[in-house]
Amino acid sequence: MSAPPPTLQVENLRTHFFTKAGVIKAVDDVSFTVDRGQVLGLVGESGSGKTVTGFSILGLVDPPGRITDGRILFKGEDLATLPPARLRSLRGARIAMIFQDPMMTLNPVLRIDTQMIEAVRAHESVDWATARERARDTLGMVGIPSPDERLKAYPHQFSGGMRQRVAIAIALINKPDLIIADEPTTALDVTIQGQILFEMQKLLRQTGTALIWITHDLTVVAGLADRICVMYAGRIVESGPIDGVLDQPAHPYTQGLIGSVPSRNKRGAPLQQIPGMTPSLLKLPRGCAFRTRCPRADATCHAEPEITTPLPDRAVRCYFPTLPDREAA
Amino acid sequence: MTTQALDPLTVPETPAAAAPPTPLQRFVSDFCESKLALFGLVLFLALIMAAVFAPWITPQDPYDLMQLDIMDGRLPPLSEGFAMTYYLGTDDQGRDMLSGIIYGLRTSLTVGAASTLIALLIGGGFGLMAAYFGGWTDTLIMRVVDLQLSFPAILIALILVAIMGQGVEKIVIALVAVQWAYYARTVRATALVERSKEYIQAATCLALSHPRIVFRHLMPNCVPPLIVVGTVQVAHAISLEATLSFLGVGLPITEPSLGLLIKNGFDYMLSGDYWISFFPGLVLLLTIVSINLVGDQLRDVLNPRLQK
Amino acid sequence: MLVVLIRRLMQSVVVLLIMSVIVFVGVYAIGNPIDILINPEADIAEREAAVARLGLDRSLWEQYFRFLSGALQGDLGHSFVHNEPALTIILQRLPATLELAAGAMFLAILIGIPAGLIAGLKPHSRLGKGIMAGSILGFSLPTFWVGLMLIMVFAVYLGWLPASGRGDTVDVFGVPVSFLTPDGISHLFLPALNLALFKMSLVIRLTRAGTREVLLQDYVKFARAKGLSESRVIGVHVLKNILIPVVTILGLELGSVIAFAVVTETVFAWPGIGKLLIDSIALLDRPIVVAYLMLTVFMFILINLVVDILYSLLDPRVRLGEAKA
Repeated sequence: MSAPPPTLQVENLRTHFFTKAGVIKAVDDVSFTVDRGQVLGLVGESGSGKTVTGFSILGLVDPPGRITDGRILFKGEDLATLPPARLRSLRGARIAMIFQDPMMTLNPVLRIDTQMIEAVRAHESVDWATARERARDTLGMVGIPSPDERLKAYPHQFSGGMRQRVAIAIALINKPDLIIADEPTTALDVTIQGQILFEMQKLLRQTGTALIWITHDLTVVAGLADRICVMYAGRIVESGPIDGVLDQPAHPYTQGLIGSVPSRNKRGAPLQQIPGMTPSLLKLPRGCAFRTRCPRADATCHAEPEITTPLPDRAVRCYFPTLPDREAA
Repeated sequence: MTTQALDPLTVPETPAAAAPPTPLQRFVSDFCESKLALFGLVLFLALIMAAVFAPWITPQDPYDLMQLDIMDGRLPPLSEGFAMTYYLGTDDQGRDMLSGIIYGLRTSLTVGAASTLIALLIGGGFGLMAAYFGGWTDTLIMRVVDLQLSFPAILIALILVAIMGQGVEKIVIALVAVQWAYYARTVRATALVERSKEYIQAATCLALSHPRIVFRHLMPNCVPPLIVVGTVQVAHAISLEATLSFLGVGLPITEPSLGLLIKNGFDYMLSGDYWISFFPGLVLLLTIVSINLVGDQLRDVLNPRLQK
Repeated sequence: MLVVLIRRLMQSVVVLLIMSVIVFVGVYAIGNPIDILINPEADIAEREAAVARLGLDRSLWEQYFRFLSGALQGDLGHSFVHNEPALTIILQRLPATLELAAGAMFLAILIGIPAGLIAGLKPHSRLGKGIMAGSILGFSLPTFWVGLMLIMVFAVYLGWLPASGRGDTVDVFGVPVSFLTPDGISHLFLPALNLALFKMSLVIRLTRAGTREVLLQDYVKFARAKGLSESRVIGVHVLKNILIPVVTILGLELGSVIAFAVVTETVFAWPGIGKLLIDSIALLDRPIVVAYLMLTVFMFILINLVVDILYSLLDPRVRLGEAKA
């Protein structure tokens, strides 16, 4: 009763795109919770709806898409029904987002200081010099050397890794309660990726910020997240604590994903693959969207499976889940 | 883009029974999709008919001085004259504006069409040559084209008119000189794409002669983009000729086009006799807009096929 | 950079030389100016004296080289009609044309960019479609026709604005300008609007296309994710990216605005170099025609050159010589 509400609680979110060719259900009945200081890994292939989920939280879904149903409770306030002005005041201040491609997220014709200071001044009435000081400190925090000089530079004078650090600094500059990171390391070199992951973890611990890390890369999530949600064709097919899900996946799709990560296989053993291709969201199979690629599917799967909770903390959307071992979980 | 995707029920009725439309039928039905373009086409055809049959439909021959009565000068529209009603008024010499405009339209359309046709032949020829022979021929032709296109058409036309002086054939030459570069560029671009295709290589392997390859194989493929560019260019040519005539450096007074009629009325406009300028201007406007409407639709209809 | 610059400069000089030959040889083949310049009553001796004075008895090539060496020293010949150096006459008229062109550019930007932004932000709205239809009309209507309509409506029918001349002028550094007096502005407005129409359509199209493209970029979404107000996203993040190409292309168009001023100046009796050209063609005042054409071509080449350099200064990516990622 007296416990504070979770940082973010998404309930039955549906975001649909109304195109000429038909309705695309990019996010269809998605629910999850992120607590203060917690890291949630949102995993799925491209086109599974994970990025749209992120944009839905921020209210940045582009037409013809819109949120058709569900609630997005941010500290108890429903973002889906908030007036645009109030949502804008939360955006960038309490909820920040980091995008996938650092080469595209910074405006090429504006200096770094302009882009950082405007982020501060959009939410607080501080003078330019104070805002600049904060920009400089934040740049230093994310590991950019000589931040004072770098503030005067244009984005193209930075490498990809440095640009992503700048983007992270912009996300952190107002000390938000929640950061949504959409594959922020995918476009970077592996070594840079490691550095940035390390920095992020350190900063989160310092600030107590909650994080939704959107990715297709299970190995990244494995070392970072507390909980994991696996998305397929706009739906969450499995969710639970990171160790439980990775060690004993219940959904055949999660198992397929884990099986296709090279490091998890024994040397020399052939990699497992998920047969077939991700279906077009315009022509999803009736019932379970995964059934056409699923080894266990039968006639039952032509009807939509409901979410079941085989364990208190685990959820899975499948008629034939591999039931996790209670003791191990 | 069709209704197919939206309404699956209407499609599969008798798919095999209806014969597939010929390319021409499809072209016609695609073109008629836009009401505005259809309106443009009808208007344009009406203007052409009026121009062609001018001697039979005009109330008077505006250039037969015997029929003019100076006493009827500058009468407003719908005035009753001695022999007839002047629906669009008269000019300073008592000439019926309606008749004058139809004759002027005839001149404007003739000059526009003739210059476009000649420019199309010359420009198209150079474009084909550039694409087919390549090398220094191509470089030379395209350098000239680029240089010319970097100057505005009106400046080039003014230079040429200043050089050559007035006269129908001189205006046509100036308009051709202004336009040919567009055709050369269009044809070259299309022909270059076609030339790299296998059937041209096959034709070359069969040792067909240059002219045969160029005219029988290369040229037909350049026709659709030429039609599109040509339609729009006719409007440009008419507009440019009218501008030059208005400036007094275009067609001579003996062959009054719409531009010259507008110029004649311009002096009287400030005193309120608007009709001498206004009605020729309106017809000029209708001509240009109708051609552009047709041209825009042609581009939309022909383009997807070009991209295939 | 320097090598490119020198090569561009040399190209420009070659083009200028070629144009000078074409223009000069061409223009000097028009009719016979003796017939209109010299009193028909004059006797043969007077006639020959006049011909020698004007240099019309030399061969065409001799006249050209005299013209060319004169041109290099800033002497573009002597007007037959005004009996003054052609360059002086043109330079006297040039400020009026430049003022008109600047006014037109100003209006094209002032109206074109907001209209293009609206059309780009709301392409399916009635207003957006209306703006686009207007820009199509602006492209296809002949300038002089629009000028006539403006005169008919605003000068004759409504009587709001004058139809011809420059109105009251004020001298700024010895150059008369209209835009500083209320009367001058009222005279400048209609011709500037008329001349602006074509460029305005161009600006609308460029801005609309640019807006639609930039709106899809990640950095716009990122700017929104920062919680910036919509006016800052559009006014700073979107607009600054669009302005660079629009300004570049508009700069390139300055030459064509000056060329098109010929039409507008004739319609509105604006005493600039365009009206001078038309008058001179009619009077067969060849040195003025040659000087005008040479000056315009020269201006064209210069503008192209300057815009090339400016472009590299405007865009930070080009400025520092780094390749765009």
